[in-house]
Amino acid sequence: MALQTNSQVPAIELIGIDKRFGAVHANNNVNLRVERGVIHGIVGENGAGKSTLMSILYGFYEADAGEIRINGAPVRIRSSREAIGHGIGMVHQHFMLVQTLSVLENVMLGAEGGALLARGEKNVRARLAELARDYGLDVDADAIVGELSVGLQQRVEILKALVRGAEILVLDEPTAVLTPAEADQLFSMLRVLKSENKTVVFITHKLREIMSLTDRVSVMRRGEMVATFETAKTSPPELADAMVGRKVILKIDKGAAHPGAVALEARHLKVRDERGVLRVDDVSFVLRKGEIVGIAGVAGNGQSELLEALAGIRPLESGEILINGAAPALNQRSPKGIRALGVGHVPEDRHRMGLVMPFEACESAMLGFHDDAIYGRGALFDRRAIIADEARKMDAFDIRPQAPLLKTSNFSGGNQQKIVLAREIERNPQVMLVGQPTRGVDIGAIEFIHKRIVALRDAGKAVLLVSVELDEIFALADRILVLCAGRITGERRPEETNAQDLGLLMAGVSERAA
Amino acid sequence: METFAAFIVISGSGIRLAVPLILACLAGLWSERSGIVDIGLEGKMLTGAFAAATVATFTGNAWAGLGAGVAACVFVSLIHGYASIDQRANQIVSGTAINMVCDGMTALIGNAIWAQGGRTPQLPNSALFNAINLPFAQRFGATPILGPIYEHLISGHDFVTYVAFALAPATYWVLYKTRFGLRLRAVGENPAAVDTAGISVRALRYSAVIICGVLVGLSGVYLSIAQAAYFQPHMSAGKGFIALAALVFAKWRPLPALATCLLFGFLDALSIRLQGVVLPVIGNVPVQAIQALPYLLTVVLLAGFIGKAIPPKASGIPYVKER
Amino acid sequence: MSAPDELPRWADVALIPLLNVAAAFIISGLVVLAIGENPIEAVKLLLGGALGNLEGLGFTLFYATSFIFTGLAVAICFHAGLFNIGVEGQAYVAGLGAALACLYLGFLPGYTLVFVAIAAAALFGAAFAAIPGYLQAKRDSHIVITTIMFNYIASALMGYLLVQVLRVPTQMNAETRKFPDGGIVPQFHELLAHVGLKWPVTPFNLSFLLALACAFGVWLLIWRTRLGYEIRTVGANPTAAVYGGISPARITILTTLLSGALAGGLAVNVILGEEHRLILEYTAGFGFVGIAVALMGRAHPAGIVLAAILFGMLYQGGAELAFDKPKISRDMIVVIQGLVVLFAGALEHMFRAPLALLLARFSPPAVEGQA
Repeated sequence: MALQTNSQVPAIELIGIDKRFGAVHANNNVNLRVERGVIHGIVGENGAGKSTLMSILYGFYEADAGEIRINGAPVRIRSSREAIGHGIGMVHQHFMLVQTLSVLENVMLGAEGGALLARGEKNVRARLAELARDYGLDVDADAIVGELSVGLQQRVEILKALVRGAEILVLDEPTAVLTPAEADQLFSMLRVLKSENKTVVFITHKLREIMSLTDRVSVMRRGEMVATFETAKTSPPELADAMVGRKVILKIDKGAAHPGAVALEARHLKVRDERGVLRVDDVSFVLRKGEIVGIAGVAGNGQSELLEALAGIRPLESGEILINGAAPALNQRSPKGIRALGVGHVPEDRHRMGLVMPFEACESAMLGFHDDAIYGRGALFDRRAIIADEARKMDAFDIRPQAPLLKTSNFSGGNQQKIVLAREIERNPQVMLVGQPTRGVDIGAIEFIHKRIVALRDAGKAVLLVSVELDEIFALADRILVLCAGRITGERRPEETNAQDLGLLMAGVSERAA
Repeated sequence: METFAAFIVISGSGIRLAVPLILACLAGLWSERSGIVDIGLEGKMLTGAFAAATVATFTGNAWAGLGAGVAACVFVSLIHGYASIDQRANQIVSGTAINMVCDGMTALIGNAIWAQGGRTPQLPNSALFNAINLPFAQRFGATPILGPIYEHLISGHDFVTYVAFALAPATYWVLYKTRFGLRLRAVGENPAAVDTAGISVRALRYSAVIICGVLVGLSGVYLSIAQAAYFQPHMSAGKGFIALAALVFAKWRPLPALATCLLFGFLDALSIRLQGVVLPVIGNVPVQAIQALPYLLTVVLLAGFIGKAIPPKASGIPYVKER
Repeated sequence: MSAPDELPRWADVALIPLLNVAAAFIISGLVVLAIGENPIEAVKLLLGGALGNLEGLGFTLFYATSFIFTGLAVAICFHAGLFNIGVEGQAYVAGLGAALACLYLGFLPGYTLVFVAIAAAALFGAAFAAIPGYLQAKRDSHIVITTIMFNYIASALMGYLLVQVLRVPTQMNAETRKFPDGGIVPQFHELLAHVGLKWPVTPFNLSFLLALACAFGVWLLIWRTRLGYEIRTVGANPTAAVYGGISPARITILTTLLSGALAGGLAVNVILGEEHRLILEYTAGFGFVGIAVALMGRAHPAGIVLAAILFGMLYQGGAELAFDKPKISRDMIVVIQGLVVLFAGALEHMFRAPLALLLARFSPPAVEGQA
């Protein structure tokens, strides 16, 4: 990893940064050296530790061990205030803006320049005009932030940092919410900053951006800093390789698939999130009985919204979903209706959606099916039947401890997931939607869960698997679709591809024009 | 001419009835704008009133009473603040608790000291905030229209009343023209933004809670040693909740809050005046209808029928640093 | 992701609530001390007044009945994640239902009138509660603020009706005429007199049995029926509820309906069981006591019954105490009530961290790795 270092003192040096959150080793002895006046990219998959590292730099957390040096001098950064004092400005992924205030007020917040706003206001306005002139960061100072486009809001975030005299600008996944045109504008602005000898740290998972924008790029994987390259001397495949690593792909005995009739068809789906941002952008695919289709992609590229739309939780903006050849009637387009049509759903987030943590396990096991007659014929629940049903499921799915009355939150992650799986699988659905089935699950349970998913397929069910874990996709999928920025960037058979290839597709390097 | 005289009388009465509302409403505004929901205004008002009357009785000094009323309220506010900010409690529950405890305590201690059913002894004028006659009030009073307005509506109020009226524009000014006000508005909408800007969310919210205590303390002071001359259990009679209604109705803005409180005060005065009076077309207006009007209007607003009432975004949500 | 204050189950269910209530009482004791009285003596007088004789016991249970109803009303909303501060107003309007039935349906034979009156009370209470419930479900109006407003609207409405419409024309008091005998819930001392037992006259009446039945019914509903399952799911995790095919809006409306109906029980106990006519402000703050009872009883009917009896003791014993020690007026009970809400409600987690620390000293906790 011998890079040519220039004679200048590096802007940032992170030496041996280590941070744990309970059992999770978020940063494992991370070293990073960012030269001055350079655009330095940091790539990695979700959970690689990029955000944690930057949060330590910005004073949100303190590292358990390690040293930080800014411009050669060792510093302790215990709060955002101290980070700002060292000239570090951060543009967060989720904007730290007050929607009801104006641009000017947001920029002044924390840098008001005096107890009375009137005095500081003049200076800030002048500074904003300056920045608009020098960097093309033009925004109406009196506009209300909440009424601005996302791209402009991000501009305000950057202005905030620059007005505070940031010499080092850290941007966390800045293009996640931008249109391509807005992203290009951002890049030109960053290049201008670089020409003024400001340092830019750019966190992303999109390799195209890394290649076009950065001078250096560091790769993180599973909490470790794996490699640092000079961008001009590397390539997307090499980066993708470092990002995903040459891991042993979990192999399970999986026979060939025998896909049958089409069970689920998606036609030109468009889905928006609560804020009105388009998250699924014209997605079409078919899902057949007896096959597992894996949707690969980095988290946040529309998978969640797609799953929720298929499950009837989220409305479609446009497009059609056909289940067994027929579109669900209006009154069926709800979780209850979709379930009644024979579609099972293992949600991505069992804490938020899949289970009710304060409930007993046997009660969580009723979620979505509590009206079923097996739980009691009359007005009252038949407690014995409920408990017996769950006991049976626990036995079948090897859920430990086999205690139907234990609070759901007291089970380990793997067992919680098995409770969800048992619930959905035992209903014998024709189509099964599965999201992140082994997130936070220990290795033993992973194998069990994978086997059950394959068993579903072999029983002739149609399975749609959404996962950010490539090895899981490779282990289970018969067909792979890659989702990036709400669009399908490619379709592959697992035997025809590898992690690198998928990594490129996941990073937006599509075979079709993006 | 008679109608005008009646108008003057009702307006004067309305102003007097509005003062505790204005103070309590502004108090609630400061708290809620920072993100701390405060439904305990009623209890705090009683606390301030009781403390003021008690100390005024013992010292014979209205200013000492004012100091005590404000101090007592700040103390109670800090309890609510501690529960809401540091203990991350359910702020509604905390406010409810404060209402109950203060309602009970003020009556209990008052009764224990003076054994008059909780009522404090009648205070002499020297221990009260009395009317301040502005210069030329009487001489000016003779001029038509403006005279009576000056003499009876503008002049002749006590110190606390004038402070209350000054506090509305003062609140506006601090909130929108100072650094502290900007930060406070921000912390009620997006505390994370304030935190990442390097400002202490906790300090801001505690400041807001203290200011709330001062203002609602003043509202209590007014009740017992300016408007009346004693403290009586439950004397706030729901004013703390009307102030809450006014706050929502004014959409958490200081000057509309002043206007709304004046409106509600005016309605109150009107209801007293209209008792037994038969109006053309409407007939006999039940006093209860006018009494219920502020509450009905607030419900109509909350139901979204006359615009939307959007509270500060972070209102009622304890701030926990995200990990 | 702060360090979890993991407490063993017994500490969680029993010790923490006990500590919270103890804190409330200790501070109350300090208040008593501060006003120059002896807390121990006060407690003795209070207990004596509440349980020392049959008369006291009768009153205690009479009050407890009221608190069971209002406590259940508040608690059922808690389970759905709603804070219903409006039980006071809902109970008041429920009284109107009971009164109208008794005043205008007097022609009904025998005891059917009282059952119709009870149903009317439940109906009126439910309808009044459903308005803020509907506004929260469909128009996103914060139910806390609307129910506070509706308390005052109820007060104004009922005041108007009692003074202008329902009042006995020849009387000054704002109250209705006495109900016919068919609309009266019999008091226990009368029933016992029939079988030859002479018990002191107290308003303790058969509504108590209705209250217990309601407590059992609420328990059954919440934990043994599908509706109850849906209510608890919405309260615990609205996102999971939607995933599970449950409509939070529908549940909000249904829960507030049930809550209002339970609030009607207060009308049954006081209007039909004691006063036998509708009087002004008969609710006397008992709707708010329901909040304290629900918090202390942790929203579980068994806990609510116990908490209601405790508060019944406080109210009855407090009256006796105030009689013997005028300095400790009945307002003391309101103070205790508020302190219970403070410690069992707002500050309920305050003792967790210190307790967890204390327990950790005595036994190394087995930490279950949570994903």
